[in-house]
Amino acid sequence: MSLLILEALSKRFGGLLAVDNASLVVREGSITGLIGPNGAGKTTLFALASGFLEPSSGHVIFSGEDVTAEEPHLRARRGIARTFQIVQPFQGLTVRENIAVGAYLRHAGRDAALAMAESVAREVGLAPLLDTPAAALTVAGRKRLELARALATQPRLLLLDEVLAGLNPSEVRDILPVLRGIRARGVTILMIEHVMQAVMNLCDHVHVLAQGRMIAEGPPRAVCNDPVVIEAYLGHGAAARIRAEGGAHA
Amino acid sequence: MKPRDLLPLLLLLGALALTPLFASNLLLNFLVSALIIALGAQGWNLLGGYGGQLSFGHAALFGTGAYATAILQVKFGLNAWLAFACGIALAALAGWIIGYLSFRARLRGSYFALVTLAFAEVLRILANAADFTGGAAGLLIKLQPGLANFQFASRAGYLWAVLACILVVGLMTLWIDRGRFGAQLVAVRENEDAARALGVDVLATKLRAITLSGAITGAAGCLYAQNFLYLDASIAYGTWISVELLIAAIVGGLGTVLGPVIGALALHGLGEVTKGLLGWLTGIDLVLFGIILIAAVAFVPSGLVGALRRLRMRGAAR
Amino acid sequence: MYSPAIVAEAMVNGLMTGAAYALVALGLTLVYGVLHIVNFAHGALLTCAMFAVLGMEQGLGIGPYAAILPLGVLFFLLGYALQRYVIGPSSHGEDRNTLLVTLGISIVLENALLAAFRSDTRTLGGDMGFDVVELGPMLLSRPRLVGCAVALVVAALLWLLLARSDTGRAIRAVAKERFGAQVVGIDPRHIFAVTFGIGCACLAVAACLLLPTFYVNPRVGNAFVLVAFTIVVLGGMGSVVGALVGGLVIGVVESLGGLLLGESLGQLGIFLIFILVLLLRPTGLFGARA
Repeated sequence: MSLLILEALSKRFGGLLAVDNASLVVREGSITGLIGPNGAGKTTLFALASGFLEPSSGHVIFSGEDVTAEEPHLRARRGIARTFQIVQPFQGLTVRENIAVGAYLRHAGRDAALAMAESVAREVGLAPLLDTPAAALTVAGRKRLELARALATQPRLLLLDEVLAGLNPSEVRDILPVLRGIRARGVTILMIEHVMQAVMNLCDHVHVLAQGRMIAEGPPRAVCNDPVVIEAYLGHGAAARIRAEGGAHA
Repeated sequence: MKPRDLLPLLLLLGALALTPLFASNLLLNFLVSALIIALGAQGWNLLGGYGGQLSFGHAALFGTGAYATAILQVKFGLNAWLAFACGIALAALAGWIIGYLSFRARLRGSYFALVTLAFAEVLRILANAADFTGGAAGLLIKLQPGLANFQFASRAGYLWAVLACILVVGLMTLWIDRGRFGAQLVAVRENEDAARALGVDVLATKLRAITLSGAITGAAGCLYAQNFLYLDASIAYGTWISVELLIAAIVGGLGTVLGPVIGALALHGLGEVTKGLLGWLTGIDLVLFGIILIAAVAFVPSGLVGALRRLRMRGAAR
Repeated sequence: MYSPAIVAEAMVNGLMTGAAYALVALGLTLVYGVLHIVNFAHGALLTCAMFAVLGMEQGLGIGPYAAILPLGVLFFLLGYALQRYVIGPSSHGEDRNTLLVTLGISIVLENALLAAFRSDTRTLGGDMGFDVVELGPMLLSRPRLVGCAVALVVAALLWLLLARSDTGRAIRAVAKERFGAQVVGIDPRHIFAVTFGIGCACLAVAACLLLPTFYVNPRVGNAFVLVAFTIVVLGGMGSVVGALVGGLVIGVVESLGGLLLGESLGQLGIFLIFILVLLLRPTGLFGARA
């Protein structure tokens, strides 16, 4: 069963075609990866999926319904939650208050929302920092806060835009089980990620975007060895070079 | 809402309500004027302090409330209490219209400040030119003391009326402060995109805030009309009203329940003292207001309430 | 109806007023374009400049045209100091605060002038204001023609300064990419203050050109500030050409509106334009789409 379908999406900014006829399917319950070189249009694709941008053409289908023209807050109500690559905390508020804003989406009462915020904070490891001002958090803390706020909306689909970027290896190692735990609770995840170790570790399925187009998809290992993908990252001829070098080592 | 949260509000308003027992008419007059501004500033604070949308034209709402009450009584013979209710409703409507137009056009920050100022100026020019507002000559409400006419023989009556409104608004603000709407409003202030991603309907949230703000500031305008029984365009829709509400809220503490009340009282008190000392210099009190505004932004961004809170925390830590 | 000659005269008069407006707006738009702040004290600073022109004439016997240079320099320094030592430090880098601080400055200036000079309306002595030039069927005021010409010259100089000089390049660099400019050794605080100073110098020049035909009182700046904002919004925040064209358009609108509807409703037209432009095309006619 597919939870999210992006159908032939294109987005044009003036003369620039940032996303070009890209399609993608996210199966319910999966962790799906979206990778690609810098400037490939991944974040734009996320903005289209979450409603922050409207596509020039194509459709966004969530849980069988066409949500292409729907505003972000309505998609959030349907169960799509996103994080931002450049973290966007509510600077003047504490961690608890930040997460509570997300929790209020499904809980009208203050007590229920705050309880939800606390339980999410525990899940992502922010519990000791609940009363810290968001502005005082480290990079890793802010990334966790992004994740926590999105989780507090109790989404069915979580769109994670480089939540691991800027973290050191031990911080990455700490957060991987958290993401697995979230999936185990039944939340589907679509993640943009550059940390390949994490992609290999977490994702069931990976899509590769380059220059706005989908160039490959499949299980992570297969995709990483795909010559088309290697060339997209490392330039023309790279795949052949690597194969030749690999041959020499063998 | 816990009883402890209510305590500062009730204590402050209670103390003010007792002043007629000993205070002179002069002091009561001062308190009524200052508290009308406090009520208006409570309205400004909801939109500007909690919602982060700085309005430079709240006179548009204050004046609409004031003119509506006065015109409905003078020209249509409506009962004063009904006129009061209509004034509040119309000011809320004015807030909604201004908000709908500006927020739909995605005006924020300086642009929003400027457009609200322009709305207020348009209304001022219109009220000054139109016939049914009394034009430049202004509008007099007939003096008929009596509870049914919402007019009181003693200043104490007006004081209590304003305090009652401030209490209602204070309780409402507290309730908002502790609830979903308040959290979403603050989220919109801090970061609109992040709020939207978390399912907050940014436009609806802002519209709710400006409509409520209009009702509150409009109520202040209504009370102004009832208290002074006279209005003209440069008072009701004048720039100075907008500025005074804003300074009171900022000096008192943005996004706090008590801030606007404390700010308005402090500001007016200081203004009276300055006028008393340097009265021959017209406008010297306003020079002081300007300096206070700059100093507040520069040195005490959390206002008097924030400063008090910090003092108390420091005291508790010791 | 009105004869073509009257309408034509109103239009030319409007263009001449518009040139002075443009000069006021130029300072505002420059400050906005570089500092990305709305300088709410612009009107009050203009009032100060107008009082300064009056003081120069009555105290020192220096006429308004001779005062252009000294007042221009003086107001540049004043603006520099204001931005460097008051507005910059007290705003903590937040636009919201800048707006409030400049509002505070405008309140202080306006009321300090009120305390010092009362609310009396004053004009320059002499009959300079009645000097006219005949142009076909129209009688045009000479000082306003001069004002119009000087305003255009100043606008051209400003454009040259921005386009060709090192300071201009630094200003544009800071406007575009503040941190990048910092990396190559430009101090943005200095450039901000210079820009603000130039904005104030524009005001001083405008005051010198306005006063022969205009009056001054402590609140006169208010009449200009919203007009200037309207012009800047119409022309596109930050656009020099936009300010010039916007100024001329508004001058004509006001003049024709005043002729057809009476003065106070003519002003109404300006505010309505302001609101409509903000609501419908907030980037103005010449501004880049955000």
